[in-house]
Amino acid sequence: MNLVHTALWGVLPYPVLTLAVAGSLWRYRYDRFGFTTRSTQLHEARLLSVAGPLFHYGLFLVALGHIAGLLVPEWLTERLRISERLYHLNALLVGGAAGLATAAGLGLLIWRRLRVPAVRRTTSRSDRLLHPLLALVLLAGLTATAGGINAHPYDYRRGVSLWFRSLFTLDPDVSAMAHAPLVYRVHALLAMALFALWPFSRLVHAFTAPLGYVVRPYVLYRSRAPRPAAVSRRAAGHRPHRWGASARSGR
Amino acid sequence: MRVMAQIAMVMNLDKCIGCHTCSVTCKQTWTNRTGTEYAWFNNVETRPGQGYPRGHEDQEKWKGGWRLKHGRLVPRTGGRARRLARLFANPELPTLDDYYQPWTYDYDNLISAPLGEDLPTARPRSLTDGRPTAVTWGPNWDDDLGGGPEQLAADPVLRKLNDQVRLAYEQAFMFYLPRICEHCLNPSCVAVCPSGALYKRIEDGIVLVDQDRCRGWRMCVSGCPYKKVYFNHHTGKAEKCTFCYPRIEAGEPTVCSETCVGRLRYLGVMLYDADRVGAAAAVRDEQDLYPAQLDCFLDPHDPQVARAAEESGIPHDWLTAARRSPVYALISTYRLALPLHPEYRTLPMVWYVPPLSPVVDALSETGHDGEDPAGLFAAIDALRIPLAYLAELFTAGDPAPVEAALCRLAAMRAHMRRVNLNEPQDPAIAASVGLDERSITAMYRLLALAKYDERYVIPTTYGGGTPAPRDGGGCSLDGEGGPGMLQALGAGPEAAPAPSGTPAGAVPADRVNLLNWNGRGKPAGLFPRRQGTRP
Repeated sequence: MNLVHTALWGVLPYPVLTLAVAGSLWRYRYDRFGFTTRSTQLHEARLLSVAGPLFHYGLFLVALGHIAGLLVPEWLTERLRISERLYHLNALLVGGAAGLATAAGLGLLIWRRLRVPAVRRTTSRSDRLLHPLLALVLLAGLTATAGGINAHPYDYRRGVSLWFRSLFTLDPDVSAMAHAPLVYRVHALLAMALFALWPFSRLVHAFTAPLGYVVRPYVLYRSRAPRPAAVSRRAAGHRPHRWGASARSGR
Repeated sequence: MRVMAQIAMVMNLDKCIGCHTCSVTCKQTWTNRTGTEYAWFNNVETRPGQGYPRGHEDQEKWKGGWRLKHGRLVPRTGGRARRLARLFANPELPTLDDYYQPWTYDYDNLISAPLGEDLPTARPRSLTDGRPTAVTWGPNWDDDLGGGPEQLAADPVLRKLNDQVRLAYEQAFMFYLPRICEHCLNPSCVAVCPSGALYKRIEDGIVLVDQDRCRGWRMCVSGCPYKKVYFNHHTGKAEKCTFCYPRIEAGEPTVCSETCVGRLRYLGVMLYDADRVGAAAAVRDEQDLYPAQLDCFLDPHDPQVARAAEESGIPHDWLTAARRSPVYALISTYRLALPLHPEYRTLPMVWYVPPLSPVVDALSETGHDGEDPAGLFAAIDALRIPLAYLAELFTAGDPAPVEAALCRLAAMRAHMRRVNLNEPQDPAIAASVGLDERSITAMYRLLALAKYDERYVIPTTYGGGTPAPRDGGGCSLDGEGGPGMLQALGAGPEAAPAPSGTPAGAVPADRVNLLNWNGRGKPAGLFPRRQGTRP
């Protein structure tokens, strides 16, 4: 039992993290053409106009909640005089609402993907894995959040959060995670699976969030003089996308 | 003065017979791939008509181009914050239904159907989901005013004119409008791209999509008022008319120009002052946009311009080409060509000589001499409806420049008829449109006789030199999803399996890549080897 815990919470996170980082770098290096949202709005716009924003904005809130819960230590909120009650109420209500919005959005997106034939046809192998995985991670997370209704809920800031932060000091606090409720452990495991899948799925489009657009001039000029660009070679085993011609000679 | 050069195009609408050869050859070259079945970088529309995609000129709906907000230019679709907020569902994106649902036919059934009483048929099949489909719209469904008045009534340009003129108008007037990407001086597709994947090339002004930087946010599709950026639903990237840049770089005309049956397209260099572009696009009155854009263009014969161009790094052969540019002659010298929809404030660079033929036809039908200058001048003025329609297309509703261009064309016809019939010359005809006999003859030559090298004056490209050959060689446009056409043939839903032994995407040894052929000699492998000779 102890060995399993050590393997899951002390060892596994590191290969997963390595895979996520190295995999993303590799993908960016060799398959920049594959960095895209793979939007299906052209085929179906009505459902997407609701589901897309619902899912993504919900997800932003959920991500913020995770940062607040996992990275912000307890002493900091105490210093800011945020009471324990207020903190957990906030986590339950705002986190729950964001999670529900995300889940509703994802549910609609999956339903749309299954029911609209043209969208269904664009579904790739990684999508087939990604969508159920996302749904499971979300459900596990929502269940954990719902646990906050209890009179004496599990205080993840003294368990899961400690473990998460200890990962980055290279001294994993295995016992903190081993004593967490099952749903937290399932959530963490599924999340690790998601991070491992990340570089090889459409999720990479999250890394290319166009934040630079805010400060950029509207019209861009570029010279065609080629600069020694990385030749994006088709990666073995991946879908052969190798265009980028207009890009290369366009630089 | 900051001189920049652009390869621009002018199309003489009088000569367009609506044969769609440009569209078909363009499609064969660039968009005959999975994911771009519905995309026509070049299309020919019948005007009046809804165009492709349907009603794309209705910017109240599609929000393409720019608008003035407190005197400043902002994309009509919204500024940076609104763009980012709408990242997850673009509310103004046309769906496939607005273009058309692409389809193919079940040709296989014709030869594989079992023997029976009835002739087998090839039924239509959707190219997006592979299921049997009913064909209800296409890229040129309302060709030649097909579909009748109810289709016509949906023309956004026609809706601006009042209902009363509409009926008479349908009977009087029809012409074709070939459209490609306008490669604008102030491109709104570039402005709305969050990833910065779209850019305007400094050397020749061609607007391109960097396929490695595009992330498929689809803002460019709705940002372009001409709807000339398309979303490849297979690769998840935006694609657009490339102005056939590999050909232009080599000094050759675009495929649509090369194959144009009516020889109505002209290609040449335009020099413009980049410092004036911003102000020109932001003039208050929409009808001033045409003259403002004219003001941006620089006279290549002016020694001051030549010096400034040299300082801006424009090579000498480009300057020489600019002096011979048929496009400059049609736009600036003769003022015959007009921009398409200047009111979008993108300062388009594909201009059009408005069609005179419908006016002549309408006049001849009333029993008058269609070529008589006096009658023709009067008719141009009297045919208020076509003129208003053309003005809505080319000058944001100001009929004066259209009328001036049509009168110049009419004067040229009248003048040349006298020449051809050996009648006494009347210098008043040319003078009435501000030309003299020499210039009106030169104009006639350019419009009627100009040969290949007079219609297409394209200097070869500069800067950067020849790109280094990529590892493995071959054409850089090859590859699945790419426009190089060397994917497995028929890579549709029922793609043929790649020949065994060759990795997917690689060029099979027995296939010849004619894109690399310089036209001289016999490319190896084009013909089967003679028996008995060794490879």
